[in-house]
Amino acid sequence: MTPANLSPNANESRCHSGFHLSRNTPAGGLRARLLALTLAALALCAPALPASAQPTGDLGLVVERASGSLLVVDQSDRASIGRITGLGDLSHASLVYSPDEQFAYVFGRDGGLSKVDILAQTITARVMQAGNSIGGAISDDGRFVAVSNYEPGGVRVFDADTLEMVADIPTGSKTIGLVDIPGTRFVFSLWDTGETWIADLSGETPQITRIKGMGTNPYDALVTGDGRTYIAGLFGEDHLSALDLWQEHPEPQVILPSYAKGREGLPVYKMPHLEGWALAGQDFVLPAMGQHEVLWVDARSLQETGRTTTHGQPVFAISRPDGRYVWVNFAHPLNDTVQVIDSVTKEVIHQFTPGPGVLHMEFTPRGHEVWLSVRDAGKVMVYDTETFEKLGEIAAESPSGIFFTARAHRMGL
Amino acid sequence: MNRLTLILALAATPALADPDPEALRRLVRQDCGSCHGMTLKGGLGPDIRPASLAHYRRDDLTDVILDGLPGTPMPAWRPLLSKDEAAWIADYLLEGDPE
Repeated sequence: MTPANLSPNANESRCHSGFHLSRNTPAGGLRARLLALTLAALALCAPALPASAQPTGDLGLVVERASGSLLVVDQSDRASIGRITGLGDLSHASLVYSPDEQFAYVFGRDGGLSKVDILAQTITARVMQAGNSIGGAISDDGRFVAVSNYEPGGVRVFDADTLEMVADIPTGSKTIGLVDIPGTRFVFSLWDTGETWIADLSGETPQITRIKGMGTNPYDALVTGDGRTYIAGLFGEDHLSALDLWQEHPEPQVILPSYAKGREGLPVYKMPHLEGWALAGQDFVLPAMGQHEVLWVDARSLQETGRTTTHGQPVFAISRPDGRYVWVNFAHPLNDTVQVIDSVTKEVIHQFTPGPGVLHMEFTPRGHEVWLSVRDAGKVMVYDTETFEKLGEIAAESPSGIFFTARAHRMGL
Repeated sequence: MNRLTLILALAATPALADPDPEALRRLVRQDCGSCHGMTLKGGLGPDIRPASLAHYRRDDLTDVILDGLPGTPMPAWRPLLSKDEAAWIADYLLEGDPE
């Protein structure tokens, strides 16, 4: 609970903002640069500014899964500007941002929920809320943080300011695919019973809507950027299921029926991830399970529009924010490779090998760069998404998820 | 004792390649860890720390690793691992990591 402006790390980040000043000075010759340097030097010595003096719009956090830490990164500098430690077991960790992009809520595998201040680079609150958890979401109004748990199964909802629990929603099942949708609601699915629940937290007590018949063993789910379509991947079925959340009574709809029919299912060494960056042109792009391909469905009719054969079993198939290209990484043992697919022709247009263990990909908000975490190289690598040129790399300890603050303003991430 | 058995077993079997402990330890933590958690205490897959596996005989566990468990998400690792490597992993899981 250290106030942001008392933390020693906060000074570092302010010094950093001084250098920003000099970098952003229009090229005006030596004099301007000298002035900028002087300003930067003054900033170094100046009395502490409020921490909020540093903008957060181009910052991000990289999960360092093995060391339980987060690397604070500056997107436009392509650099690390600090590290936040002491977050427990961060294997498979994810996080969401507060609406003001100052705080992140980190969901650890060990059930830890931590609130970190990315300006002060400190943990401001932390609770062990379950034994084993798998991601979370923040409500549209920023008031609630929900966590999806394997053990004990269910969803717990916390006050975003204090991390006090405000609702406990036991499900009797491992709970996956938790996302936020408008109306202060959360949607999630039940691995053991094949149901999807909608929890409405806009009133005094949570109102739960249970939707049965999603299919056997949903392993992950996404909601599209408009909050309308919820798609669950199913381990126990040869299809996916979708819900139209704009309907008064959403009904499960089978999509991509029998996509693997007649073909041997390959051993799945890593379940695909479904994430909200699915819209590519007029189609949604989805990773197939147990096959070397990604699948395309029309965004409105949800009818199949194509398949693209890929290098391996896809883990993430993530659309660049404009939807023009889709970047795909792969499961063990083919996880050193990335492919880029043109969403118009649905053909692979580029393939490269960033290094061993490419776990995650994050686009800058308008998609001009993509950042890749290359776990076994101990690096985050930055690529130009048009030329595929490598622009830089940042040392990180076993990096996994990369999260830029712009996610604060997107639904379902 | 198990370790000795393993060494004897390895000596008796003409393995294509000796198991590489460092690579296998990494595989268990990182790739088995995808489902069982990096600390092996469970995730979508069950807890596979020694106490939870105590009812397994080494050979049975080796078979589970090689052939998977049909009807569950546990895949067959035979395409990626030799029998010796799977046996090394079974021992590693049953004994726990000394680190």
